[in-house]
Amino acid sequence: MSTDTPETVADGTPTRAELAARVEELEAALEDVTATQDSKKMSIVATKGTLDMAYPPLILASTAAAFDYDVTVFHTFWGLDILHEERSKNLQLSSVGNPNMPVPNAVAAVPGMDRVTTKLMERKIADNDTATIEELIETSLDMGVEFQACQMTVDLMDYDEDDFYDGVTVGVGAATAIENMMDADIQLLV
Amino acid sequence: MSAEFDISETLDVKGASCPMPVVKTKAAVDGLDAGDILEVLATDPGSMSDIDGWASGTDGVELVDQMEDADVYRHYVRKTG
Repeated sequence: MSTDTPETVADGTPTRAELAARVEELEAALEDVTATQDSKKMSIVATKGTLDMAYPPLILASTAAAFDYDVTVFHTFWGLDILHEERSKNLQLSSVGNPNMPVPNAVAAVPGMDRVTTKLMERKIADNDTATIEELIETSLDMGVEFQACQMTVDLMDYDEDDFYDGVTVGVGAATAIENMMDADIQLLV
Repeated sequence: MSAEFDISETLDVKGASCPMPVVKTKAAVDGLDAGDILEVLATDPGSMSDIDGWASGTDGVELVDQMEDADVYRHYVRKTG
C-alpha cells in the first residue's frame, strides 16, 4: 500500500478522503443556497371578490411573473369568485360603504343600484383599455402564476372544482398558504 | 425614427394600460435570442417608469433607451442572457 494517502493520521489531521467528503458536502450546500437565490418568490392571499378588489392581486401577480418571480395566489372566501370562470366575468361593484363614490349610501342601497354602479365601472374599464379580469387570469396562467382555491371555502360556497379556470390548483388549505409565505420574498394579503 | 442599434422585433402595445405593457414586453423578450433588441411602442405614460423598473429588477434584460415621440413612448430593451 502506498504511504501517500494514509487512512488515519495520528495527530488528528483529516485524511484526504475526509476532506473530499467535506468538500462534496459543502458544494451540495452551496448549490442549495444558490438555487434558492435564483428563484424569487411572491405569495399573495386574495380574499375579496368585488370588481375593484379583484384587480390588485392579478395585476401584481402578472407583473411579478414578468420579473421572473414564482408567484402563488391563494384565493379564499370571496376571492374565490376571481377564479370562478362564470362569476369572474360578472363581478360586482357597490357604492354602499364607499364614500369615495359619487352616490349617497341611501341611494346606493336601493335595489338594482349595484348593477348601475358595476355597469359604469365596466364602461370605464372598456374605455380606458384596462384589461378585463378574464384577460388578467389567462395572462397570469400563461406566465406560470399558480392560482390556488382554498378547499375549505370551496366547500363553504358550494363550488365545484370544474367551476374554476383550467390550471387552478384545488385541494389546498391554510398550511399550504403558510408554506408558500415562508419561502416567499414578498407576501401580501389583499 | 432612426435608432443607433438594430431592432430585432417591435411590440405594439399602444392603448394597453398597466400591467399589460410590462407583461407583454416580458413575453416578447422571452422569445428573443441573447443580444437581440426589442422595440416597445406604448401610449401608457406609466410605461416609462414601469419598463425602466422592470428592466432594472429582472435578470437577463437591459434597458438601452427610452424616448417620447408624439404621444408614443418608445422603449428599447436588450436581452442579455
